[in-house]
Amino acid sequence: MAEIKFSISSNDPLAKPELKKIIDEVIDRNKHLNGATMVVLNELQSKIGFISRPMQVYVAQRLGIPVSQVHGVVSFYSFFTTSPRGKHTVKFCLGTACYVGGIPQIIEKAKQILGVEPGQTTEDGEITLEVCRCVGACSQAPVVVIDEDLHGRVRPNKFPQLIKSIQPGQE
Amino acid sequence: MKYFRSHILVCVDPECLKKGAHEVMDAIQDELVAQGLIDEVQVLETSRIGDCSQGPEIMVYPEGVHYGGLTVDDVPFLVEEHFLKGRIAKKFIIETEKAKDEELSAPTPKEMRVVLRNCGKIDPENIEDYIAEDGYQAVAKVLTSMTPDDVIDVMLKSGERGRGGAGFPTGKKWSFARASTETPKYTVCNADEGDPGAFMNRRVLEGDPHAVLEGMIIAGYTIGSNQGYIYCRAEYPVAVHTLNIAIEQARSLGLLGKNILGTGFDFDLEVRMGAGAFVCGEETALMASIEGKRGEPRPRPPFPAVKGLFAKPTNINNVESYANVPQIILKGADWYSSLGTEKSKGTKTFALAGDLKKPGLVEVPLGITLRELVYDVGGGIKDDKGFKAAQIGGPMGGCLPSKYLDLPVDYESLISAGAMMGSGGLIVLDDETCMVDIARYFMDFTQDESCGKCTPCRVGTRRILEILQNICDGKGKDGDIETLEYLCKEINAASLCGLGQGAPNPVISTLKHFRNEYEAHIYDKRCPAKVCKALIHYSITDGVCTGCTVCARNCPVNAISGERRQTHVIDPDICIRCGICAQVCNFNAVEVK
Repeated sequence: MAEIKFSISSNDPLAKPELKKIIDEVIDRNKHLNGATMVVLNELQSKIGFISRPMQVYVAQRLGIPVSQVHGVVSFYSFFTTSPRGKHTVKFCLGTACYVGGIPQIIEKAKQILGVEPGQTTEDGEITLEVCRCVGACSQAPVVVIDEDLHGRVRPNKFPQLIKSIQPGQE
Repeated sequence: MKYFRSHILVCVDPECLKKGAHEVMDAIQDELVAQGLIDEVQVLETSRIGDCSQGPEIMVYPEGVHYGGLTVDDVPFLVEEHFLKGRIAKKFIIETEKAKDEELSAPTPKEMRVVLRNCGKIDPENIEDYIAEDGYQAVAKVLTSMTPDDVIDVMLKSGERGRGGAGFPTGKKWSFARASTETPKYTVCNADEGDPGAFMNRRVLEGDPHAVLEGMIIAGYTIGSNQGYIYCRAEYPVAVHTLNIAIEQARSLGLLGKNILGTGFDFDLEVRMGAGAFVCGEETALMASIEGKRGEPRPRPPFPAVKGLFAKPTNINNVESYANVPQIILKGADWYSSLGTEKSKGTKTFALAGDLKKPGLVEVPLGITLRELVYDVGGGIKDDKGFKAAQIGGPMGGCLPSKYLDLPVDYESLISAGAMMGSGGLIVLDDETCMVDIARYFMDFTQDESCGKCTPCRVGTRRILEILQNICDGKGKDGDIETLEYLCKEINAASLCGLGQGAPNPVISTLKHFRNEYEAHIYDKRCPAKVCKALIHYSITDGVCTGCTVCARNCPVNAISGERRQTHVIDPDICIRCGICAQVCNFNAVEVK
């Protein structure tokens, strides 16, 4: 396969030796697997935090598959992102129980406090708001997931306290 | 393994540790040795026995005695009293609220636990706990005394049907995969439980992972496969973690890998993670995803039993289907087929959610009525409101109104009523739910999750969503209902996979049972349940409002004004009808019209 020429900006994980090492390690450890693409991308997403365009090209070259295939996979699944997220992620569960349990009101409250819509990151790069599909904790609806921690039975007027711990300057 | 007559669980949460849990634990160990009881009593670390306010806390089983506030000096007396003399040491008993399992409480009389039998009872990260509950005996029985045809025979006789939703008989599926001659063959477990409102599979994977592993080993032996994959959704990181530990432990005991139990049968397993695509729960899309591709379904035939994963013969079942297998093998097909109804055998787990007093995970024999499930098992409707509908079968299921409360819950009855079994999510809606809004919610979901491969689903769901959105926004017009009906029929007939074919179901079932609500939205510009924002407005009742200012402080758009101790007023032009004021008002002064 012909090498694709592309420029790597100095911000890209591939341009940072310590991250490049992680990327190579993930690819080397998994490339022999049947269906390695998904495994590699999943690990890169969780270890690097996002999968940039140059990273997609690099993965394709190392796995010997077309870039279009890698990009197709990255753009298909909602867990893969192509740009960095905030330091913290606040996810609102949009499962049925949470929906009827009042998650729309909490999203409204969050937009008011942080000034960003779901899918966006606050200007200081601290907090990303996201909506997600059912996290399977329906008996505790409505559910907000802050980083890895799940918070159940959240009420709109209690939400500000909940995110205080991850807001800068308030720890 | 060793058997113990008593188990001491010591809470090692941070708070108890601070109060000396480890020191107490060491002291208990030493004292048990000193009193010659160390072979009879086991000491284990655990978390969250109570609220940790009176730590260090310990729990003694089988008696279930909860001691707290222990110091190292108390230990010799406690051990002597409780474990040597068999008397409960009353002075250390504490009365704090026990940490509750929010999802899985003690079974109600109408329940019967087969798949969930070990959940919350055994340590999922310890294979010996599972073995003590007859774990891996079914594998031993199958590998040493049964031919693959014997196993298929038992599975056919048991009548177990696929628990993933479609209800295809497990035994038949296995016989198709066995009949394929091409090799290698693969065994796949579908743990991509994507239906909103369903969490049965997550709980089984987290609470009893070895049951799934054991079912898969038996399936592998039966169809002649040596490699299996468990495809788990990325939203379940704990399940993935537990599965990986379980697989590692099974390997170390020779229950996975080469020459299992010395019988010459090789089988190994690997966990593969999804990445947040609902459509990957569809079997052909799931296999494409394991192959490292976009999770797009493909037409069937060829069925997976002929051409599945990596284009090889594949057997694919759901988590619950596999978890049932060891029990069926051990207790026999007759036992299993004695449960349930004539055509729907066995038990089924349901995730009860929504406006119920006791939401959570339950397992009941099939054929139970919806009323029993909602009122006896689920405790009835929260705040004693009225029952409006039960949404069953996930986004491809339907909403059943109260006239179906006495419907037996089994595969055929549900389909004839316009819903489906699905994977077992059951969401109960009270009379403050707008059914047009619910239909809109599900279309928003399926439209977003449509993979985009075939036109009827990609474009059709979008068109339905637009119409429903208009109706909810008060812009519905004459003819909308007919257009919806037409679209539903076409999408159902022309879509490629189950996701597309089932996508219109929430609309079809709400149109069938709640047509009057659609009409009220379209013709009267009224939302009977007072949910659709464009059709309602909020006001504060004079005389009831105490002027406490709570609503004004919580209003996200500052639409509420008023002096302290004076009746407040909502400006309808600014109000976004989020409903927060009504939720936070302590005096029910906010009225919705």
